[in-house]
Amino acid sequence: MPLHPPISNKDHTEGNENAVIELVEYGDYQCPYCGAAYPIVKRIQEKLGDKLKFVFRNFPLSNIHPHAMEAAIATESAALQGKFWQMHDIVFENQNKLNRSSLLKYAKDVELDIDKFTIDITRPELQKKVEEDFESGIRSGVNGTPTFFINGEKYNGSLEEEDMLDFIIRKYNNLLKI
Amino acid sequence: MLKIGTKAPGFSLSATPDQKISLEEFKWKNIILAFYPADWSPVCGDQMALYNEMLKYFHKHNAELIGISVDGVWCHLSFSSDRKLHFPLLADFEPKGAVARMYEVYDDATGECKRALYVIDEKGIIRWNHLSPVGINPGADGILEALEEIDRTKEVV
Repeated sequence: MPLHPPISNKDHTEGNENAVIELVEYGDYQCPYCGAAYPIVKRIQEKLGDKLKFVFRNFPLSNIHPHAMEAAIATESAALQGKFWQMHDIVFENQNKLNRSSLLKYAKDVELDIDKFTIDITRPELQKKVEEDFESGIRSGVNGTPTFFINGEKYNGSLEEEDMLDFIIRKYNNLLKI
Repeated sequence: MLKIGTKAPGFSLSATPDQKISLEEFKWKNIILAFYPADWSPVCGDQMALYNEMLKYFHKHNAELIGISVDGVWCHLSFSSDRKLHFPLLADFEPKGAVARMYEVYDDATGECKRALYVIDEKGIIRWNHLSPVGINPGADGILEALEEIDRTKEVV
């Protein structure tokens, strides 16, 4: 199942823009499995260095995770101040506490302009952005969280660090050598 | 599974202890029938949780979602309130699996429904079907494509 739409400048990307490996995660900030995948992604990023570009797209399951949508919007608000990844990280690192006041605290911790942040989180465009991510996930065959795509192809293997790394190294051996 | 292009067989099943739902009630709507093995089993939970989030996308295509398993109404009630589901779960409970058998998605070995999807159009015709391995959540991309196809062919007529 291919990723649809492909990575674009609307996406939040981390790492080398021109990396040979593109890892995309569809995730939900309140999902415990995404929380477990968070440090694994970090380690894979460390190990592959400038060979890897990481993209995060929102896939909040709001009915079972009541804070997931608000947390996603908080990260999108941080993005308007150029701090998407700082907020993304602090939210995943504290995924057990995602109510409004906690999100506000994290916004302060990453030194956002709080007045701007509190206005931005009410913007309907940001909710729309999150919903577009969700819809793109459905189109791409996402059926739960987290779902990963590696170079545009859905990854169906185990979410253990060694297994993901092994898969990448074996499948894209040629690209990694260059 | 029943063939695409054939008439979807009618049925009437309990949605709650005191309410029955029949297919005929949904005339002028597209219907997504999601047969699944059992309430509470982990993959179905995910599948139903996903569809729960998808309802507004289904509604855009004038479509309603109905879940069907052989679980009884009380079990459905509890599962549905735990997962905060906003669509009906029907109990194919007595005679057990009768509707699933009619739709050729009953698994005799396990005594449960297979994990199967049907998309039925406003005229009651089956437009798409899909049988998924029991352990695999089929997602919703196939359903959306089927609904879009229904919309497209309608515009032509």
